[in-house]
Amino acid sequence: MPSQSRHFGNIAVAIPAGRLDHSSAADFEQGLLPLVEDPQVAGLIVDLANVEYISSMGLRVLMLAAKGMRGRKARIAAVALQPIVAEIFAISRFDSVFEMFPSVREAMAAMSAQALAAYDVALASNT
Amino acid sequence: MQRVRFWGTRGSLPIALTVAGVRQKLVAALRDASGRAFESDQNIEQFVDDLPFEIGGTFGGHTSCVELVTGGADYVACDLGSGLRPFGQAAIARHGPASPQTYHLFVSHLHWDHIMGLPFFGPAYIPGNRVVFYGGHEALEDALRRQMEPPSFPVGFSAFNASIEFVHLDPDTPHDVAGMRVTLKRQHHTGDSYGYRFEMNDRVVVYSTDSEHKLTEPGERLAFAEFFRDANVVIFDAMYSLADSISVKADWGHSSNIVGVELCQLARAKELCLFHHEPALDDAALVKMLAETRRFEEITRGNTPLRVSAAYDGLDLVL
Repeated sequence: MPSQSRHFGNIAVAIPAGRLDHSSAADFEQGLLPLVEDPQVAGLIVDLANVEYISSMGLRVLMLAAKGMRGRKARIAAVALQPIVAEIFAISRFDSVFEMFPSVREAMAAMSAQALAAYDVALASNT
Repeated sequence: MQRVRFWGTRGSLPIALTVAGVRQKLVAALRDASGRAFESDQNIEQFVDDLPFEIGGTFGGHTSCVELVTGGADYVACDLGSGLRPFGQAAIARHGPASPQTYHLFVSHLHWDHIMGLPFFGPAYIPGNRVVFYGGHEALEDALRRQMEPPSFPVGFSAFNASIEFVHLDPDTPHDVAGMRVTLKRQHHTGDSYGYRFEMNDRVVVYSTDSEHKLTEPGERLAFAEFFRDANVVIFDAMYSLADSISVKADWGHSSNIVGVELCQLARAKELCLFHHEPALDDAALVKMLAETRRFEEITRGNTPLRVSAAYDGLDLVL
């Protein structure tokens, strides 16, 4: 399914959901790559909290995103992995490719103080 | 078809267990034995047999050579890596040099690690033997002759006293060889490689090494699943991690354990055998990879479990 995304300062958060496998990888790619190619996006956080499974096809999309972001010296992180997805990251060695954080907020804090402030404001306005 | 015997399982180049590696295993074994009393040699052997594989065993170091034990009179093997030498020596030891035998040798491709054992293949030097090479590459004969020309090797191809034959096999068309139905499939690898599907007496063995699976081509995924369909065992190139195979080692012509599990599950194969091990991985790393691959199979399992094994020099898989 297409990723939802949100922007906080110059950081984008992609929010895919469900199973990222051969049947959904193309849509996942279509949703994610415009963020990778956007020069205004200095950091990309992929929030995997709602992803229950990821196959090689889904991981390939993440690798494309990582290559794209690093190619223009921007950062990318994977956050909030469910236990099964975390295991798949370890088995496939994607845990050595991605910066990983327990939550969007912690990734945001590592990437940009300005984006973190915007994120906290957005969180506060939602509560 | 009865069994698959692995004579060489390492990718790219042969690997030897070093003094440091042996010492490490001995220290670990003695640590495990600490405080135990062994009342007989049988007790000692049982203790050794029960040690974890990374301590009591080793994956070994010969490059690709896999024998198919068909139950027929002829010998059948895939690839001519350095494992071809012990394969040939075992056959000579079994029959003696005076008993003519026929060897059917299927070649995946012509890279060095898959042909380097041929100059040391004893049966090819013995008059009366028949050695038949099969492959999908037009340059098969030329490549095998060239590696035995000066200055690469002191003994020329003409020193082979056995009857030598070359048979070109077209891919995607079944061929009848030694009582088997043999089908080739072209694979992604520099200069091409060919996978082999062997069918005999309701048993299917697929030998698919040096094969990179491009995740961008859905049709290819389905085509390989069909090639692996219902196999008793798929011997699969799992040289790299998935992350490496699609990043720093993309286009190096090899695949991963993750893709092996996914394709075998799609094909409803019964067993995935990890093969063509990365030379940089030691026994502990390969044992870890096997455990992780089994866990990945468990995570992704459908209705039918897929057995997962890792080939080592000396492994005898009963079909």
